Amino acid sequence: MLIDEKKCVACGNCVSVCPMGAIHIDPVKRRATVNQDECVECYTCYRGMSKEHLNPVIVRTIRRIGGLFRWRFDPEPDVCPTDALTEPELSWPRVVRRAFSDPIVPHESTGVHGRGTEEVKTNDVTNRVGFGDAGFTIEFGRPTVGVRFWQIQEMTRELAKMDLTFEKRNPVTSLMTNPVTGDLREDILNEKILSAIVEFKASLRNVPAILRKVKEVANRLDTIVAIGAAARCDENGDNELEEILRQESFGFVRGKTNLGLGRASNAVPEAQEATVSAT
Amino acid sequence: MTNTLHRYGDEHSLRNDFIVFAIPCRGYNDQDAVPKLRQFLRMAVKHDPVNIGDGSRGSMYRPNRSLNPMAHWSRDTKPDIEEVVEKVANPTTVAAVFDNKTAAETFIEELRKADLGLSINLSASIANAQTCCHDIDLPRHSVEYSLGFIGKTDRLADRQVLELSTMCGHGMISFTFARKMIDWVREGRRTPEQACRYMSRFCSCGIYNPTRAKEILEEAMLRNS
Repeated sequence: MLIDEKKCVACGNCVSVCPMGAIHIDPVKRRATVNQDECVECYTCYRGMSKEHLNPVIVRTIRRIGGLFRWRFDPEPDVCPTDALTEPELSWPRVVRRAFSDPIVPHESTGVHGRGTEEVKTNDVTNRVGFGDAGFTIEFGRPTVGVRFWQIQEMTRELAKMDLTFEKRNPVTSLMTNPVTGDLREDILNEKILSAIVEFKASLRNVPAILRKVKEVANRLDTIVAIGAAARCDENGDNELEEILRQESFGFVRGKTNLGLGRASNAVPEAQEATVSAT
Repeated sequence: MTNTLHRYGDEHSLRNDFIVFAIPCRGYNDQDAVPKLRQFLRMAVKHDPVNIGDGSRGSMYRPNRSLNPMAHWSRDTKPDIEEVVEKVANPTTVAAVFDNKTAAETFIEELRKADLGLSINLSASIANAQTCCHDIDLPRHSVEYSLGFIGKTDRLADRQVLELSTMCGHGMISFTFARKMIDWVREGRRTPEQACRYMSRFCSCGIYNPTRAKEILEEAMLRNS
């Protein structure tokens, strides 16, 4: 993201809005400044803040006079008063930052918004996670901590050694140069993003080993890892995964329940191989 | 919408948080999805959701591109429901947030009868979702469990900030902004309702639950986190 110095009045509203803490007021220039290495191009400031189109000179003058008397204007905290935030033109590899950080932008690889995954949300239609399977979503950088791809690669390399199958229709998998080793494209490794999900499925019997491995690698990374584990339910709505998770001392309060009301209806269903073998 | 999976909070904090969403599956049922997604939202509106949204075009609380300066004193805060429903233009995820189990259950019942053919998911506490399914005699097809946060957890914020911030799972509500809203409410600079509206505008998918956010802010007013 860019901030137009001619327009910025250093009100500071964008500073607290930035999920990465990448914006600060430069004390010399007295303008908001973006740390480009930390900015993940999530567009939270650009899209999330309302805009007035006030004259910057007038606003600065009023602020200066108010400041002399130690008066503090108490403005709306989600407004950029002079429309100073400017959309940058992104090129490769920086464009990857926006693809993984701005939920409004659909991922090219999957056509899905957000983090680009369908997981078990459409399992009633695809049956991707079947009986005896466990589906995993390992998410990095969430909430609002951020992650670089080289950190994700540390996990994918370790996971690739295990008996599991990476989901093909997943934005991180589409950036793998080799799903057998878990290697990601070299030119994106240092790019920072808000969050990304590594998605795979495995046999239920491998769940304990996978969870232990994920924990072990996550403890080496300087970011947050959020784990989601999913299973297909039987006709009574029960599944074996819950007990496995309890045995592994994983508590769960929150979840997402697919209610089984979906079905394929396209005239020509897409016969697509949805997985890439890791081993 | 893993976006809704990892909401931070215990069973009590999540008791009034029910998100029902519809998602078309690319290559399987996305060709005729747009009218069905609009129908989903129209049906949801009848059950008084506290928020609705379209994953690609925004929620009923949205920022204004050309705000009048008078907004600092009298801002139009009326949610724009029709804008969300009518602007659904492509196969995307649409969601409705409810702050009570009865409304969520009744809506799901109605969806079952409407037979849209899209995948319908309920994101809530596992216990609440299970009770819902039991009450309406609809066995769960698949479940995804949030196993929480691991790794460098010392980089996380405190409980109330986490509860407010993770209600937008895409991370559009920064820890700093959530903390600022708590502080402003405690200092009496804004009401909890006003602070909720500010935060809701940043969640572009419309899955932010302003009722729950208000409860968290009111709790924060009364005691330290």
